[in-house]
Amino acid sequence: MTKKKDGLGALDQVAGNGLMSRRLLLGRGAAIAGAVTFANSAGAEPLKDDEWGRSQGITSKEVDPRSRFEDKVKRTLSNPNGEPRTQHARTPHQFLNGTVTPNHLHFTIVHTGAPDIDPAQHKLVIHGLVKQPLIFTLDKLARYPMESRMAFVECGGNSAPMFSPEPVQATVQQIHGLVSNAEWTGVRLSTLLDEAGVDPRGKWIIAEGADMSALSRSIPLKKAMDDAIIALYQNGERIMPGNGYPMRLMLPGFEGNMNVKWLRRIQVTDQPAMTFHETRNYSPVLPDGKAYKFYFINEVKSFITQPSFGTTLKEPGYYEISGVAYSGTGRIQRVAVTADGGKTWADAALQGPVNPKAFTRFHIPWKWDGSPAVIASRAWDESGNVQPLRSEFVAQRGQTKEPVKNLLGFPNQHYNSLTSWGVASNGEISHVYF
Amino acid sequence: MSTSEIMSISRITLLAGLLVAAPAIADSPGLGTKITEADVGAWSITILPDGTNLPPGSGTAAQGAKTYAEKCVACHGEGGKGGPYATLVSDAPLQGRGIEAPKTIKNFWANATTVYDYIRRAMPWPNPRTLSDEEVYGLVAYILSENKIIEKDAVMDAKTLPQVKMPNRDNFIVKFPDKI
Ligand code: HEC
Repeated sequence: MTKKKDGLGALDQVAGNGLMSRRLLLGRGAAIAGAVTFANSAGAEPLKDDEWGRSQGITSKEVDPRSRFEDKVKRTLSNPNGEPRTQHARTPHQFLNGTVTPNHLHFTIVHTGAPDIDPAQHKLVIHGLVKQPLIFTLDKLARYPMESRMAFVECGGNSAPMFSPEPVQATVQQIHGLVSNAEWTGVRLSTLLDEAGVDPRGKWIIAEGADMSALSRSIPLKKAMDDAIIALYQNGERIMPGNGYPMRLMLPGFEGNMNVKWLRRIQVTDQPAMTFHETRNYSPVLPDGKAYKFYFINEVKSFITQPSFGTTLKEPGYYEISGVAYSGTGRIQRVAVTADGGKTWADAALQGPVNPKAFTRFHIPWKWDGSPAVIASRAWDESGNVQPLRSEFVAQRGQTKEPVKNLLGFPNQHYNSLTSWGVASNGEISHVYF
Repeated sequence: MSTSEIMSISRITLLAGLLVAAPAIADSPGLGTKITEADVGAWSITILPDGTNLPPGSGTAAQGAKTYAEKCVACHGEGGKGGPYATLVSDAPLQGRGIEAPKTIKNFWANATTVYDYIRRAMPWPNPRTLSDEEVYGLVAYILSENKIIEKDAVMDAKTLPQVKMPNRDNFIVKFPDKI
C-alpha cells in the first residue's frame, strides 16, 4: 500500500479525486482519525489577549440581533420596491449549515405583499361539503393538540435556471434559494375536518389566503386527511409574516405554493377549482408542448452547499463537502458524492435524525490535491426514487432553447436533477454540467 | 309518544352514535363556532369549473371594454397587449416554442371559469374585489372575445361561461394520479 506524504492512505479513499471514507467523520477509532491529520506547515503567532475581551461587551437585547460580521448572510430580493408583481426572497444556503433555516432567512414568495394581519381578528372558516361549517379563531386553534414536524417547503419554480442548456454562473442561493426547512408546529387539519364532518362527496379542499389576491389552491382531500397541518409556529415562534402569519397550511412534501399562507378559508368540494396558480403558473410545459397538471410533489433532490460557487479554495488539503438532500415522498435513504465528475461515487454520511419530507444534511471528507475537480451529489429516498442524472432529466423534461440569462425568471418548474461545481486548479469554483 | 319521550329517545340515539361511530370526534376539542353556509357568503368566492358558485348577472364584450378602458388598460395595454404587465390577448402558440413558451389565457388556461374567478378575486391590482359581478362578466367576455375564443356578441353568464371551450383544455397530463 502506498502512503502519501500527507498521511492519507489509499485505503481511506473511497472514490476518485480524494473523496475519503465517511467513517472519518464519525470519530470512531483514533487509528482512522489519526491517519488523516493534515499538518499545517505555517507556524502560529504567539497568542495575545484580544481587544474585545478587555471591555464590557454588547448589552443583551429583547430580540437578539446576530453578529455584525454576519451581514453578508441575507436573502436576495427580486422586487425590493414592491412593484406590482411577485416578490421572491432566496435563502443563502452557501452560508448555512445543519438543517434548520433560521426564520428571518427562510425563503418567501409573496405575490401581493404579506398582509399585516391582526391575529385577534383573523378567522379560519371550514365550509363547503361538510355537515357543519365552522369558524376558528387563533386563540381557539392554539388550544388544540399541537404537533411538530420538520418539513421543507420548496417553490415549484426553485432551481429554474437549471433548465438552461449552459450552466448559469450563480450561487447556490441564486439557483436553489427557493427551498428552506423548518420545524412547523400546529393543528392536524384532519382533526378540524372531522369536527366539521366531511360529506362523502368531498374529494378536494380549496385553501385560500387572506392576502390581497386571496391566493387559492386545490388540494386532494387525501392529502388533507393524511399529514396536513395548520401551522401556527415556525421554529418555535409564531410564523413569520412572509410565511403566513398567523397561520398557514403545511403540506409536507407538496409544492410550496400549495402550502397556502395567511390561511383563512378551507372549502371542501367534489372537484378541483383549477385556480390561476394551479392551472397556469404551476403546470409545467413539456418539450412536446403538452403540460403536466397537479404536479403536487417536490421530488427527491440534493445539492452541495459547501464548497460551492462564489467561494475559492485557498489551498489544497482537507475540506468537507456538505449539502442538503430532501424528498417529498419520504426519508432520504442515501446520498452519493463524486469529485471526478461522475466517474466514481462514494456514499456520504447522513446527519441524523433523518426526518421524512425534511432536509437531511450530508457530509463527506475530501482531500483536494489541487488539480481540477468536479463535485456533485445524488440522492435516493426510501420510496425508491433517485435523483435523475442531468441527461435523464433533460431527455424527459427538456431545456430552454437559449441559455438562461435572467436568473430571476422561471422558464419551467420542478427541476430535481444534479448540481455540479467545477473546482479549478486555482481554487475558483464554477457551475458546470456533466 | 310525548314530546319529552321523543326527545329523550333521540338524545340516547345521538349519544350512542357519538360513542360508537365517532369516538375520535367525541374526544375532539370542538372549539369551532358554528356558522351557516349563507354567512360564509362574501368569503366564498371560488368558482368551480362546472360553474358552481358563479353569481347571477351577465356581461358582454362591449360592456367589458368600457370597464377595461377604465380599470385595466394602464397595466395590461390597449386590447390586452403591450402593457407593462401580463398580456391578456395573444395569438402566440404554446407548441413549438420550447418548454419556456410564454403561457397565455388563449394558449394555456384550461377553464374559462378561472378567468372569472381570478379577475374577481385578484384584479384590478391593487384594489381587488371591488368590481361588481356584472363588471366581471363583462371583462371576461371582453378578454375571451378579443382572444377570439367566443363571438363578439356572446353573453357571458352562469350558464354560458362554463360551456366555453378553452383551446388548450385537453393538453394536460395529470402528474401524480395516485395522489388524487
Ligand atoms: C396595477 C397594475 C394592474 C392593474 C390595474 C390590473 N392588473 Fe391584472 N395583472 C397585474 C399583474 C402584475 C398581473 C400578474 C399577477 C401574477 O402573475 O401574480 C396581472 C394578471 C392578470 C391576469 C392573469 C393574466 C395571465 O395570463 O397570467 C388577468 C386575467 C388580469 N390581470 C386581468 C385584469 C383585469 C380584468 C383588470 C382590470 C379590472 C386588471 N387585470 C387590472 C397588474 C394589473
